[in-house]
Amino acid sequence: MTQKVLLGDEAVALGAIDAGIHAAYAYPGTPSTEILEYLLAHKQKHNKPFAAWCANEKTSYEEALGVSFAGRRAMVSMKHVGLNVAADPFINSALVTINGGLVVVSADDPGMHSSQNEQDSRYYADFAHIVCLEPANQQEAYEMTREAFDVSERFHIPVMVRIVTRLAHSRSVVNVSEPRAESPLSRADSPASWILLPVNARRQWHKLLETQKDLLDYSERSAYNSLRLSKDNNELGVITTGIAKNYYLENLSELDSEPSHLHIGVYPLPVEKIRKLVSHVKRVLILEEGYPYLERYLRGIIEPAVRIQGKLSGEVPREGELTPDNIRNALDLPPHRGLELSGFALPNRPPRLCTGCPHADSFHAIKGAVDANESVFMASDIGCYSLGALPPYSAIETCVCMGASIGMAKGASDAGLRPAIATIGDSTFLHSGVTALMDCIAADTDMTVIILDNETVGMTGGQPTILPDSRLESVVLGLGAKPEHVYVLSAHPKQNERNAEIIHQEINYNGLSVIITVRECLETLRRKKRDKQAEPAGSELVAV
Amino acid sequence: MKYDIIMAGVGGQGALSVSSIIASSAMSEGFYVKQSELHGMSQRGGAVVAHLRISDKPISSDMIPVGAASMILSMEPLESLRYLAYLSADGMLVTSTDPMKNIANYPDLGEVLRQIELTPHHVMLDSDQVAKKTGSAHSGNMVMVGAASHFLPVRAETIEKFISQMFARKGEKVVTANLKAYHAGRLAAEGSPGL
Ligand code: SF4
Repeated sequence: MTQKVLLGDEAVALGAIDAGIHAAYAYPGTPSTEILEYLLAHKQKHNKPFAAWCANEKTSYEEALGVSFAGRRAMVSMKHVGLNVAADPFINSALVTINGGLVVVSADDPGMHSSQNEQDSRYYADFAHIVCLEPANQQEAYEMTREAFDVSERFHIPVMVRIVTRLAHSRSVVNVSEPRAESPLSRADSPASWILLPVNARRQWHKLLETQKDLLDYSERSAYNSLRLSKDNNELGVITTGIAKNYYLENLSELDSEPSHLHIGVYPLPVEKIRKLVSHVKRVLILEEGYPYLERYLRGIIEPAVRIQGKLSGEVPREGELTPDNIRNALDLPPHRGLELSGFALPNRPPRLCTGCPHADSFHAIKGAVDANESVFMASDIGCYSLGALPPYSAIETCVCMGASIGMAKGASDAGLRPAIATIGDSTFLHSGVTALMDCIAADTDMTVIILDNETVGMTGGQPTILPDSRLESVVLGLGAKPEHVYVLSAHPKQNERNAEIIHQEINYNGLSVIITVRECLETLRRKKRDKQAEPAGSELVAV
Repeated sequence: MKYDIIMAGVGGQGALSVSSIIASSAMSEGFYVKQSELHGMSQRGGAVVAHLRISDKPISSDMIPVGAASMILSMEPLESLRYLAYLSADGMLVTSTDPMKNIANYPDLGEVLRQIELTPHHVMLDSDQVAKKTGSAHSGNMVMVGAASHFLPVRAETIEKFISQMFARKGEKVVTANLKAYHAGRLAAEGSPGL
């Protein structure tokens, strides 16, 4: 057995490698990005597994599904909102008879450190009627990912591993065990179970429902769902899930008597274990990261005489991450105190575009293109350029989900709100802006789409854009945009004035224009220069 | 033994490599370690914080409770104040006085430093100046590791070893420059009233 220092994300990646995966797919998204980055680095050294960034989470999922059809193990990883994009193949994949193990890792972001919402992926696993594993630490992240592949093949379902930012991005020592070999190629033996025509789908749905009792049985027996009844405490029972356990344990030594404790790391929820705990106590406190998923469920299944405390009842905060501190009240412990600033106002220091960022020049040109008294609708999207919302730019009005800017600008224009401008990054455009652009081209909508091409996925640390950037123009033209209203401009301070003129002219054109402003992200540029000079020292912990 | 450190700074200042050197050193001396990081949006020049926990017993939470930190180690004076609530009453605040003024409403530096001086135990040093004097302007980080090293539960030589390891790939010159900065930081902190 060897020991490694790993991020939660890296532990998941290594778990998949040691489970003998053949392939891994992803679209970058904080906090999940480092999973595929680890696999890519591994591939560079060992020539396997196959690992690749994809156009978006949906295509990633579908590619992984193909690997599973071929009998080999595949992993697809994404951030929680990415699962919305992949929801179509994800939910349906629960109905096919999974062949090679298929594991989907969804990294939730409670506290919204780098996201648009806090959604809880456990609902998705529940919705799809599959098993979800929720590690509490880096060690479990490794082990559970390995186990997830076995469970997937045993029950012929996709399995979800749900992690959260705090686990994904913290490092600890992980004990690593013997890797398993890759499975040979073997096509799924009953193709009908993969053809979800209504007649097959109904049969498969029936089968999936039949499997539920086996899934529950697996969950009830799992050692990751551990129940400890306290002989001398019949008052309080605590149920923790995932990393919430850590925050509970952090406070445990201060409690007068140790409560009974059920920890849940495997879903479907182990109903029997929950009942056992509940019948032992008068009060149940539920600590779970994300939505009050378990709490809601519990309110439906236990004796009304037992008091349930959690996010719904208000003892545990409903917003943001759990911390060792914000659950103390619920444990009847007094708040901790630290030092205080007295009468000194601390200004916020929000994130901002790097000094000299090409997006800043694009925004300057756009602002310069708009007449001072003109009311323009400026839709934008998700990426570094979302920071254009903050001063000094204050240049955008919307940021909803990947690709939404183009569709929203079309809707606003359809509604009569003109001029309508959509700004979108190159990678976001290919992720899901391109389909909306087809609608605009079909309707020749009166609007201006500006693709801010920094030749990389900037926000997540400079992963390559899926199609090399020189191809964006031909993609747009290939879709049928009118060549005389398609421009490729340089997003350079020297060009701002000329760019503003062109943008101004196209805003005033009564039809669709697409303008691509190009200049490479400073971060990737710097990194390329550094790489040329010398190998950089990583921020990884040095081997012990 | 339990030693919790709040690592503060501004995105891009390299608080993470500082955290990494201390974490590696502690691990090599047999301690349990947990180190949280920040990625994505928060790193773009915004306020960043990392939690580093060192203990001789297994550690549950990746996050440090309020009032429990033994040290705030900050690469920037204003940021050293942001997480004050985490510092225990006898905890040590170690900070660079070199401001990162990337916001329009950066308060008067004198006032910021005065607030730091109000904390019971603190070490302040101009990491940039100290680094420049050693001839390596980019090693302000290592100056701060040096200043912090007096209080950490790990031996100074162990930290030196890991600084060397971390920069080994960049060549002998870079290693020497960073070690020099580390020693200069150690020395500069020695005269400080916080000690
Ligand atoms: S990382 Fe690149 S794209 Fe993002 S703000 Fe910095 S220069 Fe601009």
